[in-house]
Amino acid sequence: MTSSLQLIDLHKRFGVTPIIRGVNLDVKQGERHAVIGPNGAGKSTLFHLVSGRFAVTSGQVLLNGQSITGATPFEINRRGLSRSFQVTNIFPRLSVYENIRCGVLWSLGYRYSFWQMVDKARDARERTESILEQINLSARRDIPAGVLSYAEQRALEIGVTIAGGAEVIMLDEPTAGMSRSETEHAVALIRRVTEGKTLVIVEHDMGVVFDLADRISVLVYGQVIATDTPALIRANPAVQEAYLGSVAEQEASHA
Amino acid sequence: MPRYLWPWLSAVAVMVVLPLVFTSGSAITMMSLMGFAIIFALSFNMLLGQTGMLSFGHAVYYGLGGFMTAHALNVIGSGKWPIPLPLLPIVGGLAGLSFAIIFGWVSTKRAGTAFSMISLGLGELVAACSLILKGFFGGEGGISTSRTATLRLFGISFGPQIQVYYLIAAWCLLCMVAMYAFTRTPLGRMCNAVRDNPERAEFVGYSTQMVRFIAFCASGFFAGIAGGLAAIHYEIVTASVVGAAPSGYVLLMAYIGGVAFFIGPIIGAVLMTALQISLSDYTGAWQLYVGLMFVLVVMYAPWGLGGLLLMHQPLLKSGVRDIFVRRVLPAYGLALVPALMVFAAVVLLIETSHHLLVKSADGSAMKLMGVAYDAESAIAWILMLVLLVLGGWALKRVAPKVSEAFHAARLAALGAEAS
Repeated sequence: MTSSLQLIDLHKRFGVTPIIRGVNLDVKQGERHAVIGPNGAGKSTLFHLVSGRFAVTSGQVLLNGQSITGATPFEINRRGLSRSFQVTNIFPRLSVYENIRCGVLWSLGYRYSFWQMVDKARDARERTESILEQINLSARRDIPAGVLSYAEQRALEIGVTIAGGAEVIMLDEPTAGMSRSETEHAVALIRRVTEGKTLVIVEHDMGVVFDLADRISVLVYGQVIATDTPALIRANPAVQEAYLGSVAEQEASHA
Repeated sequence: MPRYLWPWLSAVAVMVVLPLVFTSGSAITMMSLMGFAIIFALSFNMLLGQTGMLSFGHAVYYGLGGFMTAHALNVIGSGKWPIPLPLLPIVGGLAGLSFAIIFGWVSTKRAGTAFSMISLGLGELVAACSLILKGFFGGEGGISTSRTATLRLFGISFGPQIQVYYLIAAWCLLCMVAMYAFTRTPLGRMCNAVRDNPERAEFVGYSTQMVRFIAFCASGFFAGIAGGLAAIHYEIVTASVVGAAPSGYVLLMAYIGGVAFFIGPIIGAVLMTALQISLSDYTGAWQLYVGLMFVLVVMYAPWGLGGLLLMHQPLLKSGVRDIFVRRVLPAYGLALVPALMVFAAVVLLIETSHHLLVKSADGSAMKLMGVAYDAESAIAWILMLVLLVLGGWALKRVAPKVSEAFHAARLAALGAEAS
C-alpha cells in the first residue's frame, strides 16, 4: 500500500523546549489512523506541524510522497490535506450554508474570482447542499453558525473540513466535550464522510479510538512509542505503562 | 420582474426625482456631495465591514484619484483631446487602483492592528508629500481645473450643477451596483470569511493576504472614482483631501451608518453630508454634534443607524405587526418626550457655552429656538441643568420598558418564523 502521509524524524522546539522529539509516522492511503497520548504529549502540536500552522524545526512531512515541509496552510490544503480544530474554528457570522460553501470554493476552481456570481455557481451549490445533508444540518442552513449548539458546531467543523474534498482528513478531538449519544452520532458521521479517504484523528475517548481506528500511534513526550493495530496496542506493555494503564483503570472504576 | 431589481430601481427613481422636488441650488449641491460620499463610504466599507480591515488612511486613494482627475482634465482641456467628461472618473479610479496596488502590497501583509497602523503611516506619508511635491499637489492653492473644457456630447456642457448632479448620480448608481455585486462573488464571500476567521480561511485553501490585497485594490479603485467625481464637482483639489481629516470622516460615515450592512454606509454618507451642510448653517459647534453622535452610536447602537433600522424589519411581518403597533410604537412614543428633553438640554448647554466661549465679543444676550435669554444668567443655567437631569432621569425610567416591549415583539417574530 502506498503512503498517504509520512513524517520523517520530525522535531519541534519552542525556544529551548523540545515538544516533538523525532516523530516518525507512516499513514497508508485509505487508513484510519488515530494518535493518542497523555495530555501535553504534543498531539495538537503534531497536527499544527503537519498542516502548516507551525513551522517545523527539523525533519520532513511528505504528502503523497512529496514534501510539504514549510508550506503555508493554504498550499497544504490545496494539495489535498484538510484539518479540523480542537476548539471550534468556524466563520461565526456567516450562515451554516456559507460556512460550507467557503470550504468548497477553492477546490471547485473559483479561486479569487470577482467576475462570477457565487449564487449562480451550480456546482458549488450542489456540493454544499450534499455536504449539509451528510452532516445533518440542512434544516439549519440559513442560521448564523455562531448560534448553533455545541454539537452542531462540531458537526459543521467537520463539514467545513471535508467540504473541499481533500484526500487526507485530520480531525483534532472531534468529540471533545460531547455527551455519549452526541459522540455516537459524531463517530457515525466521521465514518460516513471519510469513507475511502485517509483519516488521521487525535482523540481522548478510547471507545471512539478503538472503535474507529485501523491503526493507532501512541505519542508520549513528543515521541511515538508504538504504532500498531488496536488489539496489539492494547496488549503492548510499554503503552500500558506509559499511558493506557491509567486510562483502563479509570474506565474500570467508572464501570 | 426579479425581486432583487426592486431596490436598484427605487434608487434610480429617487436619484432622478429628487432634483425635480428639491430644485434649489444648495439642495442640488448637497445631493451631488452625497453621491460621491456614498461611493467613498461604500469603498471604505469593502475594507472595514466586509473584510475586517480598519484603514486610517483611506483618503489617500480618494485624494490621489481627485488629483489625477484634475490633472487629466487640464491635459485634456489644453490638448483638446476628444475625451468626454463622463469618462474622467475612470482616471480617478485607475489612480486609486494603482496606488492601492503599491501601498496595499505593503500594508495587506499584515492584518488587524498592524494593518491599521501601516495605513495610518502611509496616510501621513502621502499627506507630508502633498506639502512637499508642489508640482503635483499644487501647494497651498491646490490644483484647479475646469470641467467644461472637455469634448461635449449631445450639447451637454456640464456647466450647470444639475448636469453634474446627474453625472455623479449615474456614477454613484454604477458603483453601488458594482460594489454590491462584488460582495456576491466568490472573492466577496471569502472577504467575509477572512473577516470572521482568518485562520480558518487559510485552512480552506485561501491566502488571507491575497484576499485582503484584492479587496484593498478594489476599494482603492472605487475611492479613486469618488475622488474623481469630487474633483469634477469642485473643479479644485487641495492637499487637504489626502489628509487625516477625510480619512477619519469616511470612518465616521461608515460607522454611524453601520458597517455590518451594505446599506449602512449609504445611510451614513447621506446623513453626515446633510448634517455637515445644514448644521454648519445653524451652529459653529456642528462638529461637536457629529462627534457626540458618533460616541452615542458606538456606545448604544454598535450596528449603526442602518442596524437600528434593519432590527425592526422582522417586526413588520404580518402576525407580529400587531404587537409592534400596540406595544413597541407606544413605548417609543413614551421615550420620545424625555429623549427630546435631554436633546434640548444638551443643545442649549452646548450653544450657550459656545456663545460665551467663542462669541463673547457679541455680549451675553443670545437667542435660541426662538427664546431670547442672557447666557450669563444663573437662572438660565439652572433651568438647563434641571431640564437635563429631569429628562435623563425619565429616560432611564422608560428605557427598560422600551427594551422590554422591543424584545417581546422580537421574540414573537422569532416564534412566528419558527412555526
